[in-house]
Amino acid sequence: MMENFLMIFQALPYLLKGSLVTMGLVGGALLLGFVMGVPMAIGQVYGNRLIANLIFLYVWFFRGLPILVLLFLFYFGLFSLIGLNLPAFVSAILVLGLRSAAYQSQIFRGSIQSLGEGQMLAALSLGMSKIQAIRNIIIPQALRISIPGWSNEYSIILKDSAVCYAISVMELLTRANFISTRTYKPMPIFLTCSFIFLILTYGGVKILNLLEKKVRVPGYAYGRREI
Amino acid sequence: MQKGRDKDIVLEVEDIHKTYKGHEVLRGISFKVKKGETKVIIGPSGTGKSTLLRCINQLTIPDKGRVWLEGEEVTHTKKNINQFRQKMGMVFQDFNLFDHLNALGNVEIGLVKVKRMDKDKARQKAMEELRQVGLENQAYLYPAQLSGGQKQRVSIARALAMDPKVILFDEPTSALDPELIGEVLEVIKNLAIQGMTMVLVTHEMGFARSVANEIIFMEEGKILESGEPQQLFINPKHERTKRFLKKIIELYGE
Repeated sequence: MMENFLMIFQALPYLLKGSLVTMGLVGGALLLGFVMGVPMAIGQVYGNRLIANLIFLYVWFFRGLPILVLLFLFYFGLFSLIGLNLPAFVSAILVLGLRSAAYQSQIFRGSIQSLGEGQMLAALSLGMSKIQAIRNIIIPQALRISIPGWSNEYSIILKDSAVCYAISVMELLTRANFISTRTYKPMPIFLTCSFIFLILTYGGVKILNLLEKKVRVPGYAYGRREI
Repeated sequence: MQKGRDKDIVLEVEDIHKTYKGHEVLRGISFKVKKGETKVIIGPSGTGKSTLLRCINQLTIPDKGRVWLEGEEVTHTKKNINQFRQKMGMVFQDFNLFDHLNALGNVEIGLVKVKRMDKDKARQKAMEELRQVGLENQAYLYPAQLSGGQKQRVSIARALAMDPKVILFDEPTSALDPELIGEVLEVIKNLAIQGMTMVLVTHEMGFARSVANEIIFMEEGKILESGEPQQLFINPKHERTKRFLKKIIELYGE
Protein backbone atom coordinates (compact mmCIF):
# COMPACT_ATOMS: atom_id res chain seq x y z
CA MET A 1 0.00 0.00 0.00
CA MET A 2 2.67 2.40 1.15
CA GLU A 3 4.83 1.64 -1.84
CA ASN A 4 1.88 2.39 -4.15
CA PHE A 5 1.53 5.83 -2.62
CA LEU A 6 5.24 6.42 -2.94
CA MET A 7 5.15 5.43 -6.60
CA ILE A 8 2.23 7.73 -7.31
CA PHE A 9 3.95 10.51 -5.47
CA GLN A 10 7.06 10.03 -7.58
CA ALA A 11 5.06 9.76 -10.79
CA LEU A 12 2.91 12.78 -10.03
CA PRO A 13 5.13 15.57 -11.48
CA TYR A 14 5.48 13.53 -14.66
CA LEU A 15 1.72 13.03 -14.87
CA LEU A 16 0.98 16.66 -14.06
CA LYS A 17 3.21 17.73 -16.92
CA GLY A 18 1.05 15.44 -19.02
CA SER A 19 -2.07 17.20 -17.79
CA LEU A 20 -0.55 20.48 -18.91
CA VAL A 21 -0.12 18.99 -22.37
CA THR A 22 -3.72 17.79 -22.19
CA MET A 23 -4.87 21.26 -21.24
CA GLY A 24 -2.85 22.66 -24.13
CA LEU A 25 -4.61 20.31 -26.52
CA VAL A 26 -8.01 21.17 -25.09
CA GLY A 27 -7.39 24.91 -24.97
CA GLY A 28 -6.00 25.01 -28.49
CA ALA A 29 -8.76 22.86 -29.91
CA LEU A 30 -11.54 24.80 -28.19
CA LEU A 31 -10.09 28.08 -29.34
CA LEU A 32 -9.72 26.93 -32.93
CA GLY A 33 -13.21 25.45 -32.78
CA PHE A 34 -14.62 28.72 -31.43
CA VAL A 35 -12.88 30.96 -33.94
CA MET A 36 -14.16 28.78 -36.77
CA GLY A 37 -17.46 27.75 -35.24
CA VAL A 38 -18.95 31.22 -34.72
CA PRO A 39 -18.51 32.38 -38.34
CA MET A 40 -19.67 28.97 -39.55
CA ALA A 41 -22.87 29.28 -37.54
CA ILE A 42 -23.44 32.79 -38.89
CA GLY A 43 -22.76 31.58 -42.41
CA GLN A 44 -25.21 28.75 -42.03
CA VAL A 45 -27.99 31.00 -40.73
CA TYR A 46 -27.44 34.19 -42.72
CA GLY A 47 -25.27 33.09 -45.61
CA ASN A 48 -26.42 32.22 -49.11
CA ARG A 49 -27.19 28.68 -50.15
CA LEU A 50 -23.68 27.94 -51.40
CA ILE A 51 -22.08 28.96 -48.10
CA ALA A 52 -24.68 27.11 -46.07
CA ASN A 53 -24.15 23.96 -48.13
CA LEU A 54 -20.38 24.11 -47.83
CA ILE A 55 -20.68 24.39 -44.07
CA PHE A 56 -23.17 21.55 -44.03
CA LEU A 57 -20.63 19.37 -45.89
CA TYR A 58 -17.88 20.34 -43.47
CA VAL A 59 -20.02 19.49 -40.46
CA TRP A 60 -21.15 16.24 -42.03
CA PHE A 61 -17.55 15.19 -42.63
CA PHE A 62 -16.15 16.04 -39.21
CA ARG A 63 -19.11 14.75 -37.26
CA GLY A 64 -19.36 11.63 -39.33
CA LEU A 65 -15.92 10.14 -38.72
CA PRO A 66 -14.51 8.62 -35.52
CA ILE A 67 -11.96 10.89 -33.92
CA LEU A 68 -9.25 8.25 -34.22
CA VAL A 69 -9.89 7.90 -37.94
CA LEU A 70 -9.66 11.68 -38.33
CA LEU A 71 -6.44 11.77 -36.37
CA PHE A 72 -4.78 9.05 -38.47
CA LEU A 73 -6.18 10.46 -41.68
CA PHE A 74 -4.72 13.90 -41.02
CA TYR A 75 -1.55 13.03 -39.13
CA PHE A 76 -0.33 10.13 -41.23
CA GLY A 77 -2.11 11.08 -44.44
CA LEU A 78 -3.24 14.56 -45.32
CA PHE A 79 -0.69 16.68 -43.51
CA SER A 80 2.30 14.86 -45.01
CA LEU A 81 0.56 14.65 -48.38
CA ILE A 82 0.45 18.44 -48.61
CA GLY A 83 4.03 18.63 -47.37
CA LEU A 84 3.21 19.82 -43.88
CA ASN A 85 5.56 18.23 -41.44
CA LEU A 86 3.78 19.09 -38.24
CA PRO A 87 4.67 17.86 -34.77
CA ALA A 88 2.18 15.42 -33.25
CA PHE A 89 1.04 18.00 -30.68
CA VAL A 90 0.17 20.62 -33.30
CA SER A 91 -1.48 18.06 -35.55
CA ALA A 92 -3.57 16.88 -32.63
CA ILE A 93 -4.73 20.43 -31.84
CA LEU A 94 -5.63 20.98 -35.49
CA VAL A 95 -7.62 17.77 -35.78
CA LEU A 96 -9.40 18.19 -32.45
CA GLY A 97 -10.05 21.85 -33.27
CA LEU A 98 -11.33 21.27 -36.81
CA ARG A 99 -13.67 18.64 -35.44
CA SER A 100 -14.76 20.82 -32.54
CA ALA A 101 -15.55 23.61 -35.02
CA ALA A 102 -18.15 21.32 -36.56
CA TYR A 103 -19.77 20.67 -33.20
CA GLN A 104 -19.43 24.22 -31.91
CA SER A 105 -20.93 25.67 -35.09
CA GLN A 106 -24.06 23.66 -34.40
CA ILE A 107 -24.20 24.82 -30.77
CA PHE A 108 -24.04 28.45 -31.93
CA ARG A 109 -26.42 27.88 -34.82
CA GLY A 110 -29.00 26.49 -32.43
CA SER A 111 -28.60 29.51 -30.18
CA ILE A 112 -28.87 32.01 -33.03
CA GLN A 113 -31.98 30.32 -34.36
CA SER A 114 -33.58 30.30 -30.93
CA LEU A 115 -33.48 34.12 -30.88
CA GLY A 116 -36.35 34.72 -33.23
CA GLU A 117 -36.46 36.86 -36.33
CA GLY A 118 -37.67 39.93 -34.45
CA GLN A 119 -34.24 40.73 -32.99
CA MET A 120 -32.73 41.06 -36.46
CA LEU A 121 -35.72 43.01 -37.81
CA ALA A 122 -35.57 45.47 -34.92
CA ALA A 123 -31.84 45.97 -35.42
CA LEU A 124 -32.25 46.55 -39.15
CA SER A 125 -35.13 48.93 -38.54
CA LEU A 126 -32.78 51.12 -36.49
CA GLY A 127 -30.54 51.41 -39.51
CA MET A 128 -27.95 48.84 -38.52
CA SER A 129 -26.31 46.88 -41.30
CA LYS A 130 -26.70 43.13 -41.16
CA ILE A 131 -23.13 42.80 -39.92
CA GLN A 132 -23.68 45.39 -37.18
CA ALA A 133 -26.84 43.59 -36.15
CA ILE A 134 -25.07 40.26 -35.98
CA ARG A 135 -22.20 41.69 -33.98
CA ASN A 136 -24.14 43.88 -31.55
CA ILE A 137 -27.45 42.10 -31.17
CA ILE A 138 -27.29 38.48 -32.30
CA ILE A 139 -23.86 37.33 -31.14
CA PRO A 140 -23.99 38.68 -27.56
CA GLN A 141 -27.28 36.89 -26.99
CA ALA A 142 -26.37 33.71 -28.84
CA LEU A 143 -23.09 33.30 -26.95
CA ARG A 144 -24.84 33.57 -23.60
CA ILE A 145 -27.31 30.88 -24.57
CA SER A 146 -24.45 28.74 -25.85
CA ILE A 147 -22.51 28.49 -22.60
CA PRO A 148 -24.19 25.32 -21.25
CA GLY A 149 -23.76 23.54 -24.58
CA TRP A 150 -20.23 24.83 -24.82
CA SER A 151 -19.45 23.51 -21.38
CA ASN A 152 -20.52 20.11 -22.71
CA GLU A 153 -18.15 20.53 -25.62
CA TYR A 154 -15.31 21.30 -23.19
CA SER A 155 -15.81 18.11 -21.23
CA ILE A 156 -16.11 16.05 -24.41
CA ILE A 157 -12.92 17.44 -25.93
CA LEU A 158 -11.08 16.95 -22.67
CA LYS A 159 -11.86 13.26 -22.76
CA ASP A 160 -11.36 12.92 -26.50
CA SER A 161 -7.90 14.41 -26.16
CA ALA A 162 -6.81 11.05 -24.73
CA VAL A 163 -6.91 9.55 -28.22
CA CYS A 164 -3.82 11.58 -29.00
CA TYR A 165 -2.08 8.73 -27.22
CA ALA A 166 -2.34 6.98 -30.56
CA ILE A 167 0.04 9.42 -32.21
CA SER A 168 2.28 9.61 -29.14
CA VAL A 169 1.50 13.11 -27.98
CA MET A 170 2.88 13.22 -24.45
CA GLU A 171 -0.44 13.96 -22.81
CA LEU A 172 -1.85 12.54 -19.60
CA LEU A 173 -2.87 9.08 -20.79
CA THR A 174 0.29 8.51 -22.81
CA ARG A 175 2.35 9.24 -19.73
CA ALA A 176 0.18 7.14 -17.45
CA ASN A 177 0.49 4.23 -19.82
CA PHE A 178 4.23 4.74 -20.02
CA ILE A 179 4.64 4.50 -16.24
CA SER A 180 2.24 1.60 -16.04
CA THR A 181 4.26 -0.49 -18.48
CA ARG A 182 7.43 0.26 -16.53
CA THR A 183 6.08 -0.41 -13.04
CA TYR A 184 3.57 -3.13 -13.85
CA LYS A 185 1.11 -1.36 -11.58
CA PRO A 186 -1.69 -0.24 -13.86
CA MET A 187 -4.37 0.15 -11.23
CA PRO A 188 -2.92 2.96 -9.05
CA ILE A 189 -1.56 4.80 -12.07
CA PHE A 190 -4.75 4.74 -14.09
CA LEU A 191 -6.73 5.65 -10.98
CA THR A 192 -4.54 8.70 -10.55
CA CYS A 193 -4.91 9.50 -14.23
CA SER A 194 -8.71 9.20 -13.91
CA PHE A 195 -8.68 11.38 -10.85
CA ILE A 196 -6.84 14.16 -12.70
CA PHE A 197 -9.30 13.93 -15.59
CA LEU A 198 -12.20 14.22 -13.19
CA ILE A 199 -10.71 17.28 -11.54
CA LEU A 200 -10.08 18.93 -14.91
CA THR A 201 -13.65 18.26 -15.99
CA TYR A 202 -15.03 19.55 -12.75
CA GLY A 203 -12.85 22.67 -12.72
CA GLY A 204 -13.61 23.63 -16.31
CA VAL A 205 -17.34 23.12 -16.01
CA LYS A 206 -17.34 25.05 -12.75
CA ILE A 207 -15.56 28.00 -14.36
CA LEU A 208 -18.05 27.99 -17.23
CA ASN A 209 -20.92 27.90 -14.75
CA LEU A 210 -19.50 30.96 -13.06
CA LEU A 211 -19.17 32.68 -16.42
CA GLU A 212 -22.77 31.81 -17.22
CA LYS A 213 -23.89 33.33 -13.97
CA LYS A 214 -21.77 36.42 -14.48
CA VAL A 215 -23.03 37.29 -17.95
CA ARG A 216 -26.60 36.23 -17.31
CA VAL A 217 -29.28 38.72 -18.29
CA PRO A 218 -31.52 39.63 -15.33
CA GLY A 219 -35.01 38.23 -15.50
CA TYR A 220 -34.07 34.94 -17.12
CA ALA A 221 -34.20 31.56 -15.42
CA TYR A 222 -30.90 30.42 -14.02
CA GLY A 223 -30.67 27.46 -11.68
CA ARG A 224 -32.33 28.17 -8.40
CA ARG A 225 -34.61 31.11 -8.52
CA GLU A 226 -33.42 34.19 -6.73
CA ILE A 227 -36.05 35.79 -4.59
CA MET B 1 -34.33 60.45 -57.34
CA GLN B 2 -35.87 63.68 -56.26
CA LYS B 3 -39.59 64.12 -56.13
CA GLY B 4 -40.19 67.71 -55.20
CA ARG B 5 -43.86 68.06 -55.89
CA ASP B 6 -44.89 68.87 -52.39
CA LYS B 7 -42.49 69.88 -49.65
CA ASP B 8 -45.04 68.88 -47.04
CA ILE B 9 -45.07 65.23 -48.04
CA VAL B 10 -42.82 63.15 -45.76
CA LEU B 11 -43.67 59.72 -47.04
CA GLU B 12 -45.04 58.67 -50.37
CA VAL B 13 -45.97 55.14 -51.29
CA GLU B 14 -46.82 54.32 -54.88
CA ASP B 15 -48.39 51.17 -56.27
CA ILE B 16 -46.82 48.65 -53.89
CA HIS B 17 -47.25 45.02 -54.89
CA LYS B 18 -46.08 41.96 -53.01
CA THR B 19 -46.72 38.29 -53.66
CA TYR B 20 -45.83 35.51 -51.24
CA LYS B 21 -45.81 31.98 -52.61
CA GLY B 22 -48.42 32.70 -55.22
CA HIS B 23 -50.61 34.66 -52.83
CA GLU B 24 -50.92 38.32 -53.74
CA VAL B 25 -50.69 40.06 -50.36
CA LEU B 26 -50.46 43.63 -51.64
CA ARG B 27 -52.16 44.61 -54.87
CA GLY B 28 -51.17 48.16 -55.57
CA ILE B 29 -51.14 50.38 -52.51
CA SER B 30 -50.56 54.12 -52.82
CA PHE B 31 -50.83 56.91 -50.29
CA LYS B 32 -49.06 60.02 -49.08
CA VAL B 33 -48.32 61.13 -45.56
CA LYS B 34 -47.91 64.80 -44.80
CA LYS B 35 -45.61 66.18 -42.17
CA GLY B 36 -47.15 65.89 -38.72
CA GLU B 37 -49.92 63.68 -39.98
CA THR B 38 -51.13 60.49 -38.31
CA LYS B 39 -52.32 57.97 -40.84
CA VAL B 40 -54.14 54.95 -39.45
CA ILE B 41 -54.50 51.76 -41.45
CA ILE B 42 -57.31 49.41 -40.50
CA GLY B 43 -58.68 46.26 -42.02
CA PRO B 44 -59.25 42.55 -41.40
CA SER B 45 -56.32 40.31 -40.48
CA GLY B 46 -54.31 38.96 -43.36
CA THR B 47 -54.95 41.90 -45.66
CA GLY B 48 -51.28 42.80 -45.79
CA LYS B 49 -51.16 45.71 -43.36
CA SER B 50 -47.98 44.51 -41.65
CA THR B 51 -46.44 43.55 -44.97
CA LEU B 52 -47.17 47.04 -46.22
CA LEU B 53 -45.28 48.63 -43.31
CA ARG B 54 -42.34 46.31 -43.95
CA CYS B 55 -42.38 47.17 -47.62
CA ILE B 56 -42.10 50.82 -46.68
CA ASN B 57 -38.82 50.46 -44.80
CA GLN B 58 -37.70 47.63 -47.08
CA LEU B 59 -37.53 44.96 -44.40
CA THR B 60 -39.56 43.21 -47.06
CA ILE B 61 -38.67 44.12 -50.62
CA PRO B 62 -41.82 44.85 -52.65
CA ASP B 63 -42.15 43.17 -56.03
CA LYS B 64 -43.30 46.38 -57.61
CA GLY B 65 -43.90 49.96 -56.57
CA ARG B 66 -41.89 52.80 -55.12
CA VAL B 67 -41.43 54.58 -51.82
CA TRP B 68 -40.14 58.10 -51.25
CA LEU B 69 -39.00 59.61 -48.00
CA GLU B 70 -38.84 63.39 -48.08
CA GLY B 71 -38.67 63.30 -51.85
CA GLU B 72 -35.82 60.81 -51.99
CA GLU B 73 -36.53 57.42 -53.43
CA VAL B 74 -36.09 54.58 -50.94
CA THR B 75 -36.78 51.78 -53.41
CA HIS B 76 -34.19 51.02 -56.10
CA THR B 77 -31.88 53.42 -54.37
CA LYS B 78 -28.18 53.75 -54.97
CA LYS B 79 -27.89 54.99 -51.43
CA ASN B 80 -27.46 52.64 -48.52
CA ILE B 81 -30.88 51.44 -47.37
CA ASN B 82 -29.69 51.65 -43.73
CA GLN B 83 -29.59 55.42 -44.02
CA PHE B 84 -33.29 55.46 -44.87
CA ARG B 85 -34.20 53.00 -42.16
CA GLN B 86 -32.57 55.27 -39.58
CA LYS B 87 -35.09 57.93 -40.55
CA MET B 88 -38.06 55.58 -40.45
CA GLY B 89 -38.70 54.35 -36.94
CA MET B 90 -40.54 51.09 -36.48
CA VAL B 91 -42.51 49.80 -33.53
CA PHE B 92 -43.41 46.12 -33.63
CA GLN B 93 -46.40 44.24 -32.35
CA ASP B 94 -44.25 42.03 -30.13
CA PHE B 95 -41.83 44.82 -29.11
CA ASN B 96 -38.64 43.07 -30.26
CA LEU B 97 -36.59 44.72 -27.56
CA PHE B 98 -33.00 43.55 -27.44
CA ASP B 99 -33.22 41.08 -24.60
CA HIS B 100 -29.60 41.35 -23.47
CA LEU B 101 -29.74 45.13 -22.98
CA ASN B 102 -31.55 47.09 -20.32
CA ALA B 103 -34.10 49.75 -21.24
CA LEU B 104 -31.43 52.43 -21.49
CA GLY B 105 -29.17 50.18 -23.55
CA ASN B 106 -32.01 49.44 -25.95
CA VAL B 107 -32.60 53.13 -26.60
CA GLU B 108 -28.90 53.97 -26.67
CA ILE B 109 -27.56 51.32 -29.02
CA GLY B 110 -28.85 52.86 -32.23
CA LEU B 111 -27.32 56.19 -31.27
CA VAL B 112 -23.93 54.68 -30.47
CA LYS B 113 -23.64 52.05 -33.20
CA VAL B 114 -25.58 53.65 -36.04
CA LYS B 115 -25.32 57.39 -35.42
CA ARG B 116 -21.84 57.03 -33.92
CA MET B 117 -22.82 59.40 -31.18
CA ASP B 118 -20.52 59.97 -28.27
CA LYS B 119 -21.31 57.54 -25.40
CA ASP B 120 -22.18 60.19 -22.81
CA LYS B 121 -24.32 62.17 -25.20
CA ALA B 122 -26.09 59.03 -26.32
CA ARG B 123 -26.82 58.11 -22.72
CA GLN B 124 -28.23 61.55 -22.05
CA LYS B 125 -30.42 61.46 -25.10
CA ALA B 126 -31.59 57.93 -24.37
CA MET B 127 -32.54 59.00 -20.86
CA GLU B 128 -34.51 61.92 -22.27
CA GLU B 129 -36.44 59.62 -24.57
CA LEU B 130 -37.22 57.28 -21.68
CA ARG B 131 -38.49 60.25 -19.73
CA GLN B 132 -40.68 61.16 -22.67
CA VAL B 133 -42.40 57.76 -22.41
CA GLY B 134 -42.47 57.90 -18.62
CA LEU B 135 -39.86 55.26 -17.93
CA GLU B 136 -36.85 57.10 -16.55
CA ASN B 137 -37.17 55.07 -13.34
CA GLN B 138 -37.04 51.80 -15.26
CA ALA B 139 -33.94 52.71 -17.26
CA TYR B 140 -31.80 49.98 -15.74
CA LEU B 141 -34.34 47.19 -15.90
CA TYR B 142 -34.05 44.48 -18.53
CA PRO B 143 -36.86 43.58 -20.94
CA ALA B 144 -37.67 40.42 -18.98
CA GLN B 145 -38.26 42.60 -15.93
CA LEU B 146 -40.70 44.95 -17.65
CA SER B 147 -44.42 44.64 -18.26
CA GLY B 148 -45.72 44.45 -21.80
CA GLY B 149 -46.82 48.07 -21.75
CA GLN B 150 -43.43 49.19 -20.46
CA LYS B 151 -41.66 47.14 -23.10
CA GLN B 152 -43.67 48.76 -25.84
CA ARG B 153 -42.94 52.20 -24.43
CA VAL B 154 -39.21 51.40 -24.41
CA SER B 155 -39.49 50.34 -28.02
CA ILE B 156 -41.19 53.64 -28.85
CA ALA B 157 -38.37 55.47 -27.07
CA ARG B 158 -35.87 53.41 -29.06
CA ALA B 159 -37.51 54.51 -32.30
CA LEU B 160 -37.79 58.13 -31.15
CA ALA B 161 -34.12 58.34 -30.20
CA MET B 162 -33.10 58.14 -33.84
CA ASP B 163 -35.04 61.36 -34.58
CA PRO B 164 -37.02 59.69 -37.33
CA LYS B 165 -38.96 61.55 -39.98
CA VAL B 166 -41.79 59.07 -39.65
CA ILE B 167 -42.60 56.20 -37.28
CA LEU B 168 -44.33 53.05 -38.49
CA PHE B 169 -46.41 51.30 -35.82
CA ASP B 170 -47.35 47.70 -36.49
CA GLU B 171 -50.28 46.90 -34.19
CA PRO B 172 -48.46 48.30 -31.17
CA THR B 173 -51.10 47.23 -28.65
CA SER B 174 -52.22 43.88 -30.05
CA ALA B 175 -49.92 41.83 -27.82
CA LEU B 176 -50.87 43.71 -24.65
CA ASP B 177 -53.21 42.92 -21.79
CA PRO B 178 -56.25 45.22 -21.94
CA GLU B 179 -55.22 47.19 -18.86
CA LEU B 180 -51.81 47.97 -20.36
CA ILE B 181 -53.07 49.24 -23.70
CA GLY B 182 -53.95 52.66 -22.33
CA GLU B 183 -50.43 53.66 -21.29
CA VAL B 184 -49.07 52.88 -24.76
CA LEU B 185 -51.87 54.69 -26.57
CA GLU B 186 -51.28 57.66 -24.30
CA VAL B 187 -47.65 57.85 -25.42
CA ILE B 188 -48.62 57.60 -29.09
CA LYS B 189 -51.29 60.23 -28.63
CA ASN B 190 -48.74 62.59 -27.14
CA LEU B 191 -46.49 62.05 -30.13
CA ALA B 192 -49.38 62.93 -32.42
CA ILE B 193 -49.97 66.12 -30.47
CA GLN B 194 -46.28 66.99 -30.68
CA GLY B 195 -46.50 66.67 -34.44
CA MET B 196 -44.69 63.38 -35.07
CA THR B 197 -45.49 61.94 -38.48
CA MET B 198 -46.87 58.44 -38.03
CA VAL B 199 -48.34 55.52 -39.90
CA LEU B 200 -50.21 53.25 -37.58
CA VAL B 201 -51.78 49.84 -38.07
CA THR B 202 -54.23 49.18 -35.26
CA HIS B 203 -57.50 47.60 -34.22
CA GLU B 204 -58.16 50.23 -31.57
CA MET B 205 -60.99 52.05 -33.31
CA GLY B 206 -61.72 54.57 -30.59
CA PHE B 207 -58.08 55.52 -30.57
CA ALA B 208 -57.87 55.61 -34.36
CA ARG B 209 -60.82 57.91 -34.40
CA SER B 210 -59.30 60.33 -31.94
CA VAL B 211 -55.74 60.59 -33.31
CA ALA B 212 -56.00 59.86 -37.02
CA ASN B 213 -55.96 62.62 -39.60
CA GLU B 214 -56.94 60.04 -42.11
CA ILE B 215 -58.01 56.42 -41.90
CA ILE B 216 -57.24 53.94 -44.63
CA PHE B 217 -59.39 50.84 -44.85
CA MET B 218 -57.51 47.97 -46.46
CA GLU B 219 -58.87 44.69 -47.62
CA GLU B 220 -57.26 41.89 -49.63
CA GLY B 221 -54.20 43.91 -50.42
CA LYS B 222 -56.03 46.97 -51.66
CA ILE B 223 -57.21 50.25 -50.23
CA LEU B 224 -60.97 49.98 -50.25
CA GLU B 225 -61.59 53.46 -48.99
CA SER B 226 -59.96 56.21 -47.04
CA GLY B 227 -60.96 59.44 -45.43
CA GLU B 228 -61.22 61.48 -42.31
CA PRO B 229 -62.26 59.49 -39.25
CA GLN B 230 -65.64 61.19 -38.91
CA GLN B 231 -66.57 60.52 -42.48
CA LEU B 232 -65.31 56.94 -42.47
CA PHE B 233 -66.89 55.98 -39.19
CA ILE B 234 -70.20 57.71 -39.59
CA ASN B 235 -70.73 57.46 -43.28
CA PRO B 236 -68.57 54.77 -44.92
CA LYS B 237 -68.97 54.51 -48.65
CA HIS B 238 -68.60 50.77 -48.92
CA GLU B 239 -70.83 48.15 -47.44
CA ARG B 240 -67.69 46.13 -46.59
CA THR B 241 -66.21 48.96 -44.54
CA LYS B 242 -69.48 49.30 -42.69
CA ARG B 243 -69.57 45.62 -41.80
CA PHE B 244 -65.95 45.61 -40.69
CA LEU B 245 -66.40 48.64 -38.46
CA LYS B 246 -69.52 47.19 -36.94
CA LYS B 247 -67.79 43.92 -36.16
CA ILE B 248 -64.63 45.49 -34.76
CA ILE B 249 -66.58 47.90 -32.59
CA GLU B 250 -68.58 44.99 -31.18
CA LEU B 251 -65.29 43.27 -30.35
CA TYR B 252 -63.18 46.13 -29.10
CA GLY B 253 -65.69 48.80 -28.16
CA GLU B 254 -65.75 52.36 -29.38
